[in-house]
Amino acid sequence: MANDAINPYLGPVSPIFGRLTWDWIPYHEPILIGTFAGVALGGLVVLALMTKFRLWGPLWRDWVTTVDHKKIGIMYMVLGFIMFVRGFADAIMMRAQQALAAGGAEGYLPPHHFDQVFTAHGVIMIFFVAMAFITGIMNFVMPTQIGARDVAFPFLNNFSFWMTVAGALLVNISLFIGEFARVGWLAFPPLSGKDFSPGPGVDYYIWALQIAGVGTTLSGINMITTIFKMRAPGMKLFDMPVFTWTTLCANFLIVAAFPVLTATLALLTLDRYVGTHFFTNDLGGNPMMYINLIWIWGHPEVYILILPIFGVFAEIAQTFSGKPLFGYKTMVWATISIMILSFLVWLHHFFTMGSGANVNTFFGIATMIIAVPTGVKVFNWLFTMYKGHVRFEVPMMWTIAFIITFTIGGMSGVMLAIPPVDFQLHNTLFLVAHFHNVAIGGVVFGVYAAVAFWWPKAFGFKLDDRWGHRSFWLWVIGFYLAFMPLYALGLMGATRRVNAYLDIGWQIYFVVAAVGVVFILAGILCGFYGMFYSVMHRKELACGPDPWNARTLDWATSSPPAPYNFPQTIHVRGLDEFWRMKKEGFKWSTHYQPIHMPHYTAAGVLLAAASLVFGFAMVWWMWWLAALSFVAILVIAIGHTFNYNRDYYIPAEEVAEIEAKGAAA
Amino acid sequence: MKLPKFLLMLPVAVLLAGCQYDVLVPTGWVGAQQRDLLLISVLLMLIVIIPVMVMVVYFPWKYRATRKDNSDYEPDFSHSTKIEVFVWGVPILIILALGTYTYIYTHRLDPYRPLDHVSFNEEPLQIEAVSLDWKWLFIYPQYGVATVNEIKMPVGRQVEFRLTSSTVMNTFVVPKLGGMIYSMTGMQTKLHLVADEPGVFAGRSAHYSGPGFSGMSFNATALGTPGDEAGNDALFNDWIEEVRAQGTDLTDEAFLQLEKPSMADPARPSVPMPVTYYRTVSDNLFDRIAGMCVEPGKVCMSEMMMQDRAGGGGEAGLGDKHRYEYDSERAVDGFGNAMPPQAAPFAPARHGAAGHDHVSAVETEGHTNGQ
Repeated sequence: MANDAINPYLGPVSPIFGRLTWDWIPYHEPILIGTFAGVALGGLVVLALMTKFRLWGPLWRDWVTTVDHKKIGIMYMVLGFIMFVRGFADAIMMRAQQALAAGGAEGYLPPHHFDQVFTAHGVIMIFFVAMAFITGIMNFVMPTQIGARDVAFPFLNNFSFWMTVAGALLVNISLFIGEFARVGWLAFPPLSGKDFSPGPGVDYYIWALQIAGVGTTLSGINMITTIFKMRAPGMKLFDMPVFTWTTLCANFLIVAAFPVLTATLALLTLDRYVGTHFFTNDLGGNPMMYINLIWIWGHPEVYILILPIFGVFAEIAQTFSGKPLFGYKTMVWATISIMILSFLVWLHHFFTMGSGANVNTFFGIATMIIAVPTGVKVFNWLFTMYKGHVRFEVPMMWTIAFIITFTIGGMSGVMLAIPPVDFQLHNTLFLVAHFHNVAIGGVVFGVYAAVAFWWPKAFGFKLDDRWGHRSFWLWVIGFYLAFMPLYALGLMGATRRVNAYLDIGWQIYFVVAAVGVVFILAGILCGFYGMFYSVMHRKELACGPDPWNARTLDWATSSPPAPYNFPQTIHVRGLDEFWRMKKEGFKWSTHYQPIHMPHYTAAGVLLAAASLVFGFAMVWWMWWLAALSFVAILVIAIGHTFNYNRDYYIPAEEVAEIEAKGAAA
Repeated sequence: MKLPKFLLMLPVAVLLAGCQYDVLVPTGWVGAQQRDLLLISVLLMLIVIIPVMVMVVYFPWKYRATRKDNSDYEPDFSHSTKIEVFVWGVPILIILALGTYTYIYTHRLDPYRPLDHVSFNEEPLQIEAVSLDWKWLFIYPQYGVATVNEIKMPVGRQVEFRLTSSTVMNTFVVPKLGGMIYSMTGMQTKLHLVADEPGVFAGRSAHYSGPGFSGMSFNATALGTPGDEAGNDALFNDWIEEVRAQGTDLTDEAFLQLEKPSMADPARPSVPMPVTYYRTVSDNLFDRIAGMCVEPGKVCMSEMMMQDRAGGGGEAGLGDKHRYEYDSERAVDGFGNAMPPQAAPFAPARHGAAGHDHVSAVETEGHTNGQ
C-alpha cells in the first residue's frame, strides 16, 4: 500500500480552496476508488430510474418537504438502513483485517486507513444508524400512540431530519475528499487536537456531529412537547403506552445531554481553529476535562438509544402474549429511575484515569444500581409471557433473542462496573464485546423487531414471514459467533483498535469472529430481500389496520394511516385504550369535520443544505464559502418566518372519501 | 478432504489457545485479586441470570399459542405484588452483596496504594514509565539505568510504577500482573504490581494513540523463584549490570531524539521498537518529562504554577513566552511522521510554526515514512 502521493498534510492553503488540494483525493487507494465507482454507478442508476418514472415531483412534494411525522419517521429508517450498510462495510473491513494481521503479518489495511475505519464505524453506528433508527421509530409510532395528528412542531421535525442527513452526508464525503478522523469514536484529545491530528479528519467529525446534533436536540424538544401537549383528551400520563413513556424519558435525556456534547465539541473546535488550550497538553489545557465532559453526554446517550427499544419490546411482548404488560407502573418507574441514574455513572468509562478509591467505588456502585431497574424490566417482559398466549411471530422471536442476549450483555456490563475488574478489562476486546452485546442485542434486534411489527401499519401489508425468520436466525447465530470470541480475546488481554498483533494464538478467535460477520451479512441480506419480496407480494400480504391484535392507539388508525391519523378525536379512558375500544365494538362516526393540518415546506431541506455547505467549507478552511453559507442559513431561517402559508384544512368530504376507502377499525 | 480435518482441528485449537487467558490465570497478586473479584461477581450474578435464562425459554414454550390445553391462559393477568417484590428484591440483594465486595476490593486494589502484604526486606522497585510515540521508556531511578520496551523485576518484589506521557494519552497494562492505568502528559499516575512467579509477560498500551499504536507492546520479565529473595535480587542485579555494560547514555539530547515519533517498521505496525538499554539517565529526567521541560530553556510546570500563583509575569513576561511553551511541540501526520507544529487558522503563529515555509526544514532522520 505504498503512498507515493505528496504528503497532503503539508499542502498550501489557498484563499479559494482552503487547504483542499488534489493530494487529498485518494485516487491511489484502490478500495476507495472501487467504492466510489460503485456509489457513483448506483447513484446514476437511481437518478436515471427516477427520471424515467417521473418520480422527482412526488419525491419533492410527498417526502422531501413533508411535515408528516409518519413519512419523516420512515425517512429516518431509510437513512438508518443506508448508513447501516456503510457502517457494516466498515465492520467487515475490520474483521477481515484482524483475521489476517497476526504474528507480524500486516493485513491489507495500513494504520492510516484502518484507524479511519474504526472511527467511522463507531461514529456512523451510533449517530447515524442507532440514533436515526430510534428517532424514526419514535417519530412514526409515538404521535399515533397518544392519539395525536402530528408532532407539536411539524416543520421542526422535517428540519431535524434533514440536519441529520446533512451530518451523515458530511461523514460520507470524507470518504472521497480528504480523510476521516483517526481518533476513535469519541475523539479524545490530545490525539484529536490540531497537533496530533492535523488534516481535515477530526474537522469532518466535529462538523458532522454538530450539524446532526442540532437536529437531534430540536427533535428531543419536539417529542417532549408533543407528549405533554398533544395527548388525546382524557389520556393521563399513566395512561400512556410504555413505548411513549420510554420515548419521553429518552428525549429528556437528549435535551439534557446533547447540549453537553455540543459545548464539548465547540471547545475542541476552538482548540483546533482558534488555538485555545482547553484540552491541549500544554498552557493549562487538560484533556481529562474533555473525557469527563464527553462521557457526561456519552453515558446518557446509551440510554437514549436503549430506552425506546425497551418500549418497543414491551409493546411487542404484550401484543404477542395476548396479555397486558405485566407490572405497567413498575415498568414506568424503572424507566424513570434509569433515566435519572444514567446521569450519575459517567465516570465508569475512565476508572483507569487515576481517580481515588472512594470516587471509583461511588461510580461503580451507582452503575450496578442501574442493573436493578433493568433487571425488573427483564422480569416484567418474562411475566408478560407467563400465563399468556404466545405467538412466535418474527417480532416476538427478536424479543426472546433480545432478552437472552441483553441479559448476557448486562452481566458483562456489571463486571465492567467493578473498578478493579475494569482495570483488567478496560479498553480490551471484552469491552468491545460488551457494548456490541447490548447495542446489537438491544438496539439492532429491537429495530428489526420494530420494523417487522410496525411495517404493516406503515404500508398496509406484512413482511414475509419466512425471510423474516431466516434473517432472524442468521443474525442471532452470526452475532454469537462474532462477539463471543471477543469476550475470550479480552480475557487474554487483547487490546481494542489494534491494526495488527503479534500473538498468533489470538488469530483463530478473530477468524471465528470474521465467520460470524459473514453470517450477519447473510442475515442483513435476507432482511433486505424479505422487504423486497414483500413489496413484490404486497397483494397476498395485505392486512387490515390491526393485524397483530394489538392494544394501543397506534393500531386504531388505518394501514397505512391517513395523513391526519384519526378521523375524529379519541377520548381516552385508561391504559390500552384501543383494546377497550375493540371490546366495546367501537366504530368511527360518519359525521366528519374539516381537519386542520400543517403545510409542507422546503425551508428545512434548504437550511440543512446550507448547513452542509457550511460544514464542508469549515472543514477545508474555505472561509469565503463558510461566510456565504452562514449568511444563507440566516436568510433562509428569517425568510421562513415570513412564510404565513403554514396550514390548511382537509375538507370533511375528503376525509369521508379517505375513510370510505380504507376504513379504520 | 481438507475441510473436515480443519473443522475437527478447530475446537482443539481453541482449547489449546486456552492457556493464554492472561486475565484468568494471572501470576501476580494484584491480577489474582482482580480475577477473584471477576469470578465472585459472575457467580453472584448467575443467581439471577440462570433463572432468567430458564424462564425466557420455558415461558414462551409452555404458554405457546399452539398448545392443546389453553385453560391456563389468563388474558388479564398483569399484576402480582408477590412477583413484584421478588423482581425488585432479588436484584437489590445481589447488588448489595456485589456493592460490598466492590467497596472492599476497590480500596484494597487502589493502584496508588502500596501492596501492604508484600513483606520484602527491601523497598519497592521503582520504575518510571513514559509513553512515547510509539514505544515505552522505563527508567529505573534506584539504579540510574533505563530501557526502551523492556521491564525486568525480581519475583516477589513489589514494583512501584510512576507513569507519565510525552505524547498523547496511553494506558499501561501487563495483564498477567494486574490492571491498567493511564499515562498522561503533564501529569503523573501510579501503579503497584508484584510478580509471584517467574516468567515473561506481555505488556502493552491499551489506549489508542495513533498510527504506531499496534506496536506499543513490550515484555515484562520476572526473574528468579518464589521465596528466594536474595537469589532473585542477585539475578536482577546481574541484569542491571548487563544494561550498564551494553547501554549508552540517556542524556537530554538523547531523550529528545528518542522522543520523536518512530515505528520499528511502518510496513509491519505490530512490530515494537527494538529493546534499547541506557547505562545512565539524565538527572530528574522523569520529573522533567512530566513537567514538560526537557528541552533546554523551558520552564517546568511546577515552577510555572508557582509563578502563576505569585501573580505571573504580566506583560513584561511576554518576551519569555517561548520558554513557557510545550517542550515537545510538534505535529504528527496521518502516517506517523513528525511535522512542524500546526498553527490554528485563526491564531497567531507560535514560534517556529510560521505556516508552511518551514516544511523543508523538517528533520527526516528517525521518522517513519508514509506507507
